[in-house]
Amino acid sequence: MEFAELIKTPRVDGVVLHRPFMPTVEGTLCLTGHHLILSSRQDNTEELWLLHSNIDSIEKRFVGSLGHITVKCKDLRMIQLEITGMEECLNIASSIEALSTLDSVSLMYPFFYRPMFEVIEDGWNSFLPQNAFKDLESMTDEWRLSEVNKDFSLCPSYPPLVAVPKDVDDETLKKVATFRHGGRFPVLSYYHKKNGMVMMRAGQPLTGTNGRRCKEDEKLINATLRPGKRGYIIDTRAINVAQQAKARGGGFELEANYPQWRRIHKAIERYNVLQESLIKLVEACNDQSHSMDRWLSKLEASNWQTNVKEILTTACLAAQCIDREGASVLVHGTEGTDSTLQVTSLAQIILDPGCRTIKGFQSLVEREWLQAGHPFQQRCAQSAFSNSKPRYEAPVFLLFLDCVWQILRQFPCSFEFNESFLVLLFEHAYASQFGTFLGNSAAERARLCLPEKTVSLWSWVNRPQELERLTNPLYEPNSLVIWPSVAPQSLLLWEGVFLRWNRSSKCLDEAYEEMVHIIEYNKELQTKVNSLRRQLAQLETEDPLLHTP
Amino acid sequence: MEHIRTPKVEQVRLLDRFSNKSIHGTLYLTATHLIFVESNSNNSASAGQEVWILHHHIASVEKLSLTTSGCPLVIQCRNFRVVHFVIQRERDCHDVYSSLLRLLRPVCYDELYAFSYNPKQNDQQREEGWQLIDLGAEFERMGVPCDQWQLTDVNRDYKVCETYPRDLYVPVTASKPIIVGSSKFRSKGRFPVLTYFYQEKKAAVCRCSQPLSGFSARCLEDESMLQAISKANHNSRFLYVMDTRPKLNALANRAAGKGYENEDNYSNIRFQFVGIENIHVMRSSLQKLLEVTGTRSLSMSDYLVGLESSGWLRHIKAVVDAAVFLTRAVTVEGASVLVHCSDGWDRTAQVCALGALLMDPYYRTIKGFMVLIEKDWISFGHKFADRCDQLDGDPKEVSPIFTQFLECVWQLTEQFPQAFEFSEWFLLQIHEHVHSCQYGNFLGNNQRQREELQLRERTHSLWAFLMSEKQNHLNPFYSPAYSEAHPVLEPSTLPYHFKFWRSMYHQFDRSMHPRQSILKTILNLKENSRKAESTLQALESRLQQLGVVPVTTSDPPAPPPTRDQLSNSHSLPPRPDSLILGAPINHKEVQRHEEENEQEEVGEEATESTDTERTVEGSSGTESRKQSYGELEGTYNSDLVKEEPAVVSLEFGVARMTC
Repeated sequence: MEFAELIKTPRVDGVVLHRPFMPTVEGTLCLTGHHLILSSRQDNTEELWLLHSNIDSIEKRFVGSLGHITVKCKDLRMIQLEITGMEECLNIASSIEALSTLDSVSLMYPFFYRPMFEVIEDGWNSFLPQNAFKDLESMTDEWRLSEVNKDFSLCPSYPPLVAVPKDVDDETLKKVATFRHGGRFPVLSYYHKKNGMVMMRAGQPLTGTNGRRCKEDEKLINATLRPGKRGYIIDTRAINVAQQAKARGGGFELEANYPQWRRIHKAIERYNVLQESLIKLVEACNDQSHSMDRWLSKLEASNWQTNVKEILTTACLAAQCIDREGASVLVHGTEGTDSTLQVTSLAQIILDPGCRTIKGFQSLVEREWLQAGHPFQQRCAQSAFSNSKPRYEAPVFLLFLDCVWQILRQFPCSFEFNESFLVLLFEHAYASQFGTFLGNSAAERARLCLPEKTVSLWSWVNRPQELERLTNPLYEPNSLVIWPSVAPQSLLLWEGVFLRWNRSSKCLDEAYEEMVHIIEYNKELQTKVNSLRRQLAQLETEDPLLHTP
Repeated sequence: MEHIRTPKVEQVRLLDRFSNKSIHGTLYLTATHLIFVESNSNNSASAGQEVWILHHHIASVEKLSLTTSGCPLVIQCRNFRVVHFVIQRERDCHDVYSSLLRLLRPVCYDELYAFSYNPKQNDQQREEGWQLIDLGAEFERMGVPCDQWQLTDVNRDYKVCETYPRDLYVPVTASKPIIVGSSKFRSKGRFPVLTYFYQEKKAAVCRCSQPLSGFSARCLEDESMLQAISKANHNSRFLYVMDTRPKLNALANRAAGKGYENEDNYSNIRFQFVGIENIHVMRSSLQKLLEVTGTRSLSMSDYLVGLESSGWLRHIKAVVDAAVFLTRAVTVEGASVLVHCSDGWDRTAQVCALGALLMDPYYRTIKGFMVLIEKDWISFGHKFADRCDQLDGDPKEVSPIFTQFLECVWQLTEQFPQAFEFSEWFLLQIHEHVHSCQYGNFLGNNQRQREELQLRERTHSLWAFLMSEKQNHLNPFYSPAYSEAHPVLEPSTLPYHFKFWRSMYHQFDRSMHPRQSILKTILNLKENSRKAESTLQALESRLQQLGVVPVTTSDPPAPPPTRDQLSNSHSLPPRPDSLILGAPINHKEVQRHEEENEQEEVGEEATESTDTERTVEGSSGTESRKQSYGELEGTYNSDLVKEEPAVVSLEFGVARMTC
């Protein structure tokens, strides 16, 4: 096995593990190809199993011959290992470093992981585009599923099957693809059943400095408009950023060429700026100095909450155009793989009750993130602690989850899933035994043969015992559009992620359990009452005399 | 009545504070309230929204300059409601304005609402209400008097200290001359007395005002007094003296002949500054906070910067830090602590009360919390009249000290969701009535004044009212077992544990709150369960009467670990009367309909922060929305609820969510 050469010391005894709010554990540390394991080898004690791919950075220091290794994880956890012996400690540290920064995808744990559970439903087949399209067909016949990208040649970041207006043929699509960034021609993202309005997404139009136009592009998006109706183009970049993009061949839709569309610019941050924001936020949360002013100013300086507010606001705007204005919407930024997806997926959470169920949310992540070509592997390669300079890393998906959490907080009874589900998705997007979030696009996933070689996260999640843990006990299906408040006073720091390891959650967990208990007790009572009622009613019908009390 | 120039103004617009929405209606001015009633314009099915504002709640009235649509009148209330009216004719506006100016500044106590408020109780009921809280019994509960502490009658006639209550507890070894001597050496005569006794360690929490030490003055009686307090506790060789002020303030006081204890003169004391700012800093801090949060289209960055620069959360943290220090000294070290500030009625009250709340689970119950407020705030002379501006007085005396205390308690409830019997609605309700002057409890500045006003004879007690509404204030997650396991709370005071209390400072800005409330949902569920329990029993006995063995009784559901089911078994929870929170703010407010119609509102920022967005918001889906609610209203198809429709409260409009 090729990992053996990276593991200089596979085993050290007498290692002490320190974790905040948990008892220290002394035991044996083992390094395997994919895990760091610490076990006290006693019954009934917890073992630590940490995926190397979850390790964001490590720091080592020595006090005499006692080495301290601080392991900082992508899920923002920090643990400390005390190892006696300088050589062992150095060996362990460099092995962890090497194992946690493996470059090759095919060496990742999902390719080695064998499920220890029975797969009831193979997650790789749970959300096929064909099936999603069948639902669409039941509502409208204005769309068709095109196979124009079946060999990923037209748009490498699109799936093989995409929904486009029925009247637009594949030849047109090919021309439009040359006019949009990354070949990302406008495709259907969401169909609003209530009024038949649609949301589309795309890459930026390649107008360049001389205002190139593409008749086919205009035809494609105009095909989604009702006669006499206008649509909205939501550009997720500030106007000046969009202007600057022209110099690099990009640009935006000019009014003259798209007279039926109104363009709105919103400023959603991207790339390094977001990564910086995450790093600063996590730094602020881990600053244990006791000054309130310092905390608030660091929180502000991180800009994280500002990003949350911007994204939510833009998503509300898109949802509003569709639901209240009765207009169709096209969303794009630059590539159309980041802020665009944040907006289109959040708008669906707001508009479509289906997306607020566990399965529906999985389907949304599958459609609007995985299939839609969000480059998970690049974006989630490093988290907040990494010392290496970020290249393509950005917490785009984490911000999306944060926004969902904000809506969940405001409508705690309208979601079938609870906070744990969102936290779980965050963890698995960054490090996982499952193949779901590997690769950057459908094309890459196909090349890696993930469905054949790895297990899907959904296979694991969609089992009764997991679902139970992720289900919101307060859930009552709510068929309405849910408009969140985006006032700064209404948006909170997502403690479940950012303060998760910095506070004791015991009291909150107990309160949550009490809540579950109250709800279950109520259900149980209702059932009993109903069954007695039935019994009594039956007796009464059998014997009419019983009616007299 | 003679102050009301115009009792009724028609065609008034009420603007929403954070959006561009407005409603039309009529404004009425009565002797006690300003009332706005929405006209039943197009929607005859729903009664119009009503806004009732008690004159005492009005902090300021401002007439803005005339606009094309009329004359704007902005009213800021002490319960953080801000209303913005536009009155068509300037004359009317001016009349309302000048009437309000007079009405909101009562010059004598007799003008206060409490003296005319009549909740249809007879004298006996009223008297019982006042007897609900008995401080003598409370000290007995703590284990006082005991071999070390006794009741002294030295202040029977308010002769030694007129801002203290009559009944005071001091160490048995503190003789009258010592007490009197000590009182002469303390600001306003507020000598050290017992406020809480921690029985387990026999450690005492005492309170007083600053010593008149100046640069070098000493007082042997005062020194013996502290010695006596120290000696009353055998568990510790020393006594902590907590000066809750910043050191600089205490130093400055020395120049005025006041100051703090010199450790050299007092044997066995450990002196400690805590650094809570004074009333003036707190007042302007809250003012800054409200300015920031009242801004329309507030950006996240401005919000956080404003939150920081207001210093409000820093002050809240300082108070909690002090209480944690006090609690640790008493419960861990077993030492007695003497707490003071300048006069010993603001910061001292905050720290003593909060400390006791951390130490003693009793104070975390509804009744216990009332006792705590009665003891540390009302009886020990927190100047409610001055701090809450009950009469037209010195604006420099006004300060949100008690509000801060309530907020500290709220911050704790967030960290310990199972430790408190009451929910935040209870805190909000108390805050409401501290300012409403509707009940007698908080009138005046001290006990002596209250006796002169004959409040017990002439007004009603808030505690009796709150007790009768207990159902509304329960925290469904409260677990007495938790309190047994954790009698002493040890909160973390890391900065990120302190949050902005939206439910308080935006109480009336519905659009900012979660659209569904877990608290309310769970309260309703618990009530529902309670009813189901009795239905189940009735059904079982009916079936048994018929000689049938009920099918499901073989396995009766194990009731959850709830406490005091007895007290709850009789009635439905009265529906809280207003607000998204459901906090029963004022009985007369009717906002339910508004909520039914509007709950699907977008946060104001989402729709109106920029021009482009505003145009987008143009059309409205109101029609269809209403229909969809109509469909929803009847969808909760549990037999139980159908039988008892009162449970299906439609407060939030979204019927299913509240069930």
